[in-house]
Amino acid sequence: MTLTQQTRQRVLSGMSVLALFLLWEAACWIFSVSDLILPKPSQVFRELIVRFPALLPHATQTLLTTLAGFGLGVAAGVLIGVMIGSSKLAYDVAYPLLVGFNSIPKVAVVPIFVVWFGAGAVPAILTAMTISMFPVVVNVATGLATTEPELEDVLRALGASKGDILWNVGLPRTMPYLFASLKIAISLAFVGSVLSETVAANRGIGNVMMIASGNFDVPLVFAGLFILAFLGVALYAIFSLIELKVTGWAQRKTEFTII
Amino acid sequence: MAEFIELDQVSLRYPGGNVLALETTTLKVDEGGFVAIVGPSGCGKSTILKLVAGLIPATTGNVTVDKCEVRGPSKGVGMAFQNPTMLPWLTVRENVMLPLKIVKPFRYEYASKKKTEFADRAEALLKRVGLAGFGDKRPWQLSGGMLQRASLCRALIHEPRLLLLDEPFGALDQFTREELWAIMQELWMDKRPTVILVTHDLREACYLGTRIVMMSARPGRILENSAVEFARPRTLVMTYTPEFTAIVKHLRMQIADSRGVALEAA
Repeated sequence: MTLTQQTRQRVLSGMSVLALFLLWEAACWIFSVSDLILPKPSQVFRELIVRFPALLPHATQTLLTTLAGFGLGVAAGVLIGVMIGSSKLAYDVAYPLLVGFNSIPKVAVVPIFVVWFGAGAVPAILTAMTISMFPVVVNVATGLATTEPELEDVLRALGASKGDILWNVGLPRTMPYLFASLKIAISLAFVGSVLSETVAANRGIGNVMMIASGNFDVPLVFAGLFILAFLGVALYAIFSLIELKVTGWAQRKTEFTII
Repeated sequence: MAEFIELDQVSLRYPGGNVLALETTTLKVDEGGFVAIVGPSGCGKSTILKLVAGLIPATTGNVTVDKCEVRGPSKGVGMAFQNPTMLPWLTVRENVMLPLKIVKPFRYEYASKKKTEFADRAEALLKRVGLAGFGDKRPWQLSGGMLQRASLCRALIHEPRLLLLDEPFGALDQFTREELWAIMQELWMDKRPTVILVTHDLREACYLGTRIVMMSARPGRILENSAVEFARPRTLVMTYTPEFTAIVKHLRMQIADSRGVALEAA
């Protein structure tokens, strides 16, 4: 029974995507919208297929810079999150700094990275990293800071060190928070890398879209958008899958119920 | 028997507050004894447990456990609280085995024995508290009473010499609670650890305690420290005898006094 329900969900979500494209296509025909304003989906897909060999290296570039930035962002985020989540002092000292840092629009940071490291992949990776780090820090810190004090007492009375408590209680209970933040962070990492590619790069989807819009090749711009959307959805799905495997205990109501 | 725990002129004022949680107190607990601390809420009962476990330092005075002055968190004291605090990502058995992961010397053997000797030990303990066959379940699949039984197993798995219980049966219904008294008594008589039990339930204190320590309202101080002479193992029927009821009534009057309430009027 659950299987049929799951299948129905998948069919429905697939159909909603299809319906959106059909509606879009129909609207373009009915109102005879110019290609320069909004190309038809069929046009965009044709563009995608025809230009696929040319687009592939750019898509790979964007994917790799995004993943590199995301990986670094998560690593740094977990590290900082553990630090400020396990010490009240570090929390008080670092939090205002972190919020201030996060309030800076990342567009404003890209030129600085370009000045420091030159145009290309490095500023894209760094932008993706800085933008995807914050949600990870906040969620990891929250997960750690909300450990039940009684449980901590039980462990401390057993002679557990701070590391023991972190390893046995803090980190496992932070996992659901971490994965929730990973799904946000991966989308943000795309924003960061594409943003940087748009400003200063000679490869990547952001760069392709920038040049295409300069040439009024609007279908190509949209082809770039489609690629980004596809990559975003694919990575989101991968992390959801890992999340289900690692933190199934936190989603007891759906998959895990035995009795 | 020798003294195992000694509070010598101990007082406690929580940092940052002006509230005196525990007035200068002297208390001795014999090795292998079962002391029940009763008193109105907020009277510093739990504070005594935390002092003995070394979780908080005394403001004045000395706490001694097993002839050593307590200067920091102890190593290997079993604790159980009103809230069972099981870890939801572990099975019940893994939760029970948690102390073996922390306490020396068990922690060095944990990796090699967690599937064999330690698992058997946890399973045997679960069986004694009536949870045979529940080791592989997740905590959220168990009822509150079952979780509390598991929590007792977790406090006892490493056979601690000192067991600190902070209202472990407080959130349970009366029938479950009384069943657990019997189990607790049996477990205690078996290995004879030194136990300090904090409770609001006077019948529970009389049933389980070899001594009852009565505390006043805040700032907490000891009003009375008396032995309970009933033979072991005590039974539920015993709690309805006139002798037992007389002690409970006496304690109840004391509490009413310390709260400034006349029992007849209440």
